Amino acid sequence: MSPPLLGIEGHNQANVSPMASSSSTDCVSQNVSCLKERNYLGLSDCSSVDSSTVMLTVPADPKSNLNLKATELRLGLPGSHSPGRESEFSPLIDEKQLFPLIPSKDGIFSSGNKRGFADTVNAFSSRPAGTHTKTEVASQECNNNKINGSNISSAPSAKAQVVGWPPIRSFRKNTLATTSKKNDDVIFVKVSMDGAPYLRKVDLRTCATYQELSSALEKMFSCFTIGQCGPEGAPSREVLSESKLRDILHGSEYVLTYEDKDGDWMLVGDVPWEMFISSCKRLKIMKGSDAIGLAPRALEKSKNRN
Amino acid sequence: MCLFRDMMSYFPEEVLEHVFDFLTSHRDRNAVSLVCKSWYSLERFSREKVFIGNCYAVNPERLIARFPRVRSLTLKGKPHFADFNLVPHDWGGDVYPWIEAMTKNGINLEELRLKRMLVSDESLELLAKSFPNFKSLVLVSCEGFTTDGLAAIASNCRFLRELDLQENEVDDRKGHWLSCFPDSCTSLVSLNFACLKGEVNVAALERLVARCHNLRSLRVNHAVPLEALQKILVKAPQINDLGTGSFVHDPDSETSKKMKNTLENCKSVRSLSGFLDVNPHCLPAVYPICTDLTSLNLSYAPGIYSNELIKLICHCKKLERLWILDTIGDKGLGAVASTCKELQELRVFPSDLYGADNAAAVTEEGLVSISAGCPKLNSLLYFCQQMTNAALITVAKNCPNFIRFRLCTLNPVIPDAVTNLPLDEGFGAIVQSCKGLKRLSVSGRLTDQVFLYIGMYAEQLEMLSIAFAGDSDKGMLYVLNGCKKLKKLEIRDSPFGNAALLSDMGKYETMRSLWMSSCEVTYGACKTLAEKMPTLNVEIINEGEDQVEASSSPDARHRVEKMYLYRTLVGPRRDAPDFVWTL
Repeated sequence: MSPPLLGIEGHNQANVSPMASSSSTDCVSQNVSCLKERNYLGLSDCSSVDSSTVMLTVPADPKSNLNLKATELRLGLPGSHSPGRESEFSPLIDEKQLFPLIPSKDGIFSSGNKRGFADTVNAFSSRPAGTHTKTEVASQECNNNKINGSNISSAPSAKAQVVGWPPIRSFRKNTLATTSKKNDDVIFVKVSMDGAPYLRKVDLRTCATYQELSSALEKMFSCFTIGQCGPEGAPSREVLSESKLRDILHGSEYVLTYEDKDGDWMLVGDVPWEMFISSCKRLKIMKGSDAIGLAPRALEKSKNRN
Repeated sequence: MCLFRDMMSYFPEEVLEHVFDFLTSHRDRNAVSLVCKSWYSLERFSREKVFIGNCYAVNPERLIARFPRVRSLTLKGKPHFADFNLVPHDWGGDVYPWIEAMTKNGINLEELRLKRMLVSDESLELLAKSFPNFKSLVLVSCEGFTTDGLAAIASNCRFLRELDLQENEVDDRKGHWLSCFPDSCTSLVSLNFACLKGEVNVAALERLVARCHNLRSLRVNHAVPLEALQKILVKAPQINDLGTGSFVHDPDSETSKKMKNTLENCKSVRSLSGFLDVNPHCLPAVYPICTDLTSLNLSYAPGIYSNELIKLICHCKKLERLWILDTIGDKGLGAVASTCKELQELRVFPSDLYGADNAAAVTEEGLVSISAGCPKLNSLLYFCQQMTNAALITVAKNCPNFIRFRLCTLNPVIPDAVTNLPLDEGFGAIVQSCKGLKRLSVSGRLTDQVFLYIGMYAEQLEMLSIAFAGDSDKGMLYVLNGCKKLKKLEIRDSPFGNAALLSDMGKYETMRSLWMSSCEVTYGACKTLAEKMPTLNVEIINEGEDQVEASSSPDARHRVEKMYLYRTLVGPRRDAPDFVWTL
C-alpha cells in the first residue's frame, strides 16, 4: 500500500467524530466525503471545543488520541517532511495533519498556501477517483518546492510559520533579521573582458572598496592579457602579469564598466560602494578603444585613484 | 546523634558563621539551613546572596523576613518558553514590588540580577535612588525599560561596578544616558550595552573608559564605529572581555592598521564578541588576540562567511567557549575540531530563518567531527538541518561529559536522515552515556521510546524541553516517574494528556515548574490538579483562538492551550492579568 493511502487511512479512522464513525470505519475506498472532513489545508473553522468534544467520547486509547490530535488545528510546516520519508515510514502521526497550512498568529500567511489549495482543487477535479489526491498533490507540491527552490523565495519559508520554532530568542531573531538584510547573501556578477574566451564571476560582497574589486579583477584576468593561460600559474608569473595588467587597466587600454538595474552601461567608480553593489548587474572590462568618449574620463579617474 | 548534638553546642555561633561564610553555593546553604533550628537561624542571618528561580514561588515580604541581610538578589520571571513568543508580554514578572519592598525595609541591596522579568523605568529609578551601595545590575532577556531608566542608574549609583545588559528589548529614547555617568564615577568594572539599538555619545564613552581604570569588560553596540572603538581601547589595554560594535572599515586604511596595533597591546583579552556589522576583511586585525582567547561569540555576525570564520578560528587554539552561526558549515566545524582542543561549550545558531532550505546549514557531520576532536565538550546547543541516530551514538561515545545537551532540528519532526527512523536511539545513547546530564532538549521525530530511555538513564536531569514528540501519555509518565531530580519540564505540541498530568501530582511539589502548551490536557484535569494540590499554582493562559469568555466557565473537556504550573509558598499571585487564570 502506498504511504499516502496509509496516511489517509489513518486519518479516516482518526477523523472520527462519534457521529460520523459509521461512515468512516471502512473508509479507504470511498473516502471522498471523509477527505472533505479532513482539515488538510487547515482552512476550515475546526475549533478546539469541537475536538475536545470528540475526545471525550473516545476512550483513552493512544492511537485514537493521537489521531484525533491530527484533526486539530496546528501551526506547522507545510510539506515539511523529506520526500524519502514517505516511502518507508508510516508515521503514527501523519505530519501533514500535524502541520496544516494555516495563518500563523503573526498573520504571516504563506502564499504557498494558496498555491497548494489551488493545486489541490485542480488535481481533485481532474481525478475523480482520487483516493490519495490531496496527499499526493501536497507531496508533489513539496517536491516541486524543493526542486524549484527559486519559487519559494517569494513565499515565507515554512520555518517561519510555526510559532516559536526554531526556538531562538526573539531578540536574536529580530537582530539577525535586520543585519541579514544588510548582509545580503553573496552577490555574484558576471565579468566579461573583451577578447577573453570566457567570462568569470566575482562576488562583490568579498570586496569593501573599488580598490579591492580592481585587485580581484586583476588577479582573475591576468592570464588573458599576457596570453599565458596556465591554470594557476607560477607565483612569479602572476606577479608579473598583475602589475602589467594594473598598468594596462590604469592606463588607457582598459576601462571597467558595469550594467546597472536599468540596463545602462556605466563607468565604475562614480557612486559610493554600497550603492554600486546594490545596482550592479554585471561587469565588463572594455578596451579603451571601444569606450570612446569614456576613455579620457577613465584615464583621469584612474589616475586620481592612483 | 547525642554525641553530635553535644559537640555542636560547643561551637559558638561566630565559629559556625565563619564556617558558613565559605559556603557560597545557594544549594549548599539551603541544605545547611535544614540541619536544625539553630543552623537555620544562623544561616539566614548570614546569607547575603539569594537566588529565586521563580519569582512567584515566594514574595518580597517572605524574602526579607527570612534573609534580612540580603545584599544580592537573583530573580527569574517568565517561563523559559516566553523567549520564543509563547507567553504574552504582560504575563507578569514585574520586579517593582521587590524593589519597593526592599526599599521600605532598609535592605542594603548591592546586586540585582534579573532574567525574563518586566523592568520599568520607574523600577530602575527607584532602584538607583534607594540603595546607596548599589554595585551591580545584570538584566538578561528583560523588557519594559528605556534608556531613561539607564540614565537614572548612571546618574545615581555612585559606586556602580557592573551594568550588564544581555539581549534585552530596550526602547531607545535617544537620550544621552552614557553622559549621565558623573565625572566622579571611576568604579566601573563591567559595561555591556551591546543590545541597545540607538546612538550613544561616543566621546562620553571614551572619557568614561579613560577614568575607569578597573574596567575589565566592555561590550559596545553597533552604533560605536571601529575608529571610536580603537580610540577607546587605547585607554583600556587592561581589558579582558571585549565586545566590538560595528567592525567595518577599509582594511587598508590607517584606522584599520591602528586598530591592529591597539589590539596587539590588549594582551589580556580572553573573551571576544560583537561584530554586529562586519567587513570580513577587517578581521585579521583581531588575529593577535586570538591566541589567548577562551571565549568567542560570533553569533550575531551573519556577514562572516565560512572561509573567513575558519581563518579566524585557526588562530584560537585555547578556545573553551564558541558561539557561532551555522554559516560555518560542517567543514568549518571540522576546522574547529582540529584547532580547539580545549573546547567545552559550543553553540551553533541558525542564520537563515526566513529563506528556503539552507544549503549552508550544519548537519550531523559537523557535530560528529566536533565530538571526535573536542573531548572536553560538556555543553551544546546545536541547530541543524538534519540528524541521524548513528551520529548521536558516536557523539555519546566520544563525549560522555555532557552536562547540557540541546539539539534542535530546524524541522521539528524530521526523522533520521539516513534510515528514516525516529531519533529515539540517538538520544537514548546520549542519556545513557552522559551520566552527569543536567539539561536536555530533544527534537526530531521521536516516539515514547525516547522518554523511556530518558526516564531510565537520565538520573541527574534537572531540565527537559520537549517539542512535537511522543505518541501517548506513556512518554510523559516515563519521564515523571524516572527522572528523580527533575526541576523544570516544558512541553509543547505533544500528545500528552490528563492521565499523564494527574498520575503523580505530588511530583510537582518536587519540581520548580511544568509548562504544557498545545498538548492534550483539559480544563477539567487542570482544575482537579489545582484543587488537590494547594501548594501549586496552576495557571491557564487564555488568549488567541482559544479564548473563552471570562464569564462562562469553560467546559471541563475543553482542551487547554497553555498551562503553566509551579510550586509556591504564597498562593495565587495577585498581579495576574485578565487572560491568566489561576485555578
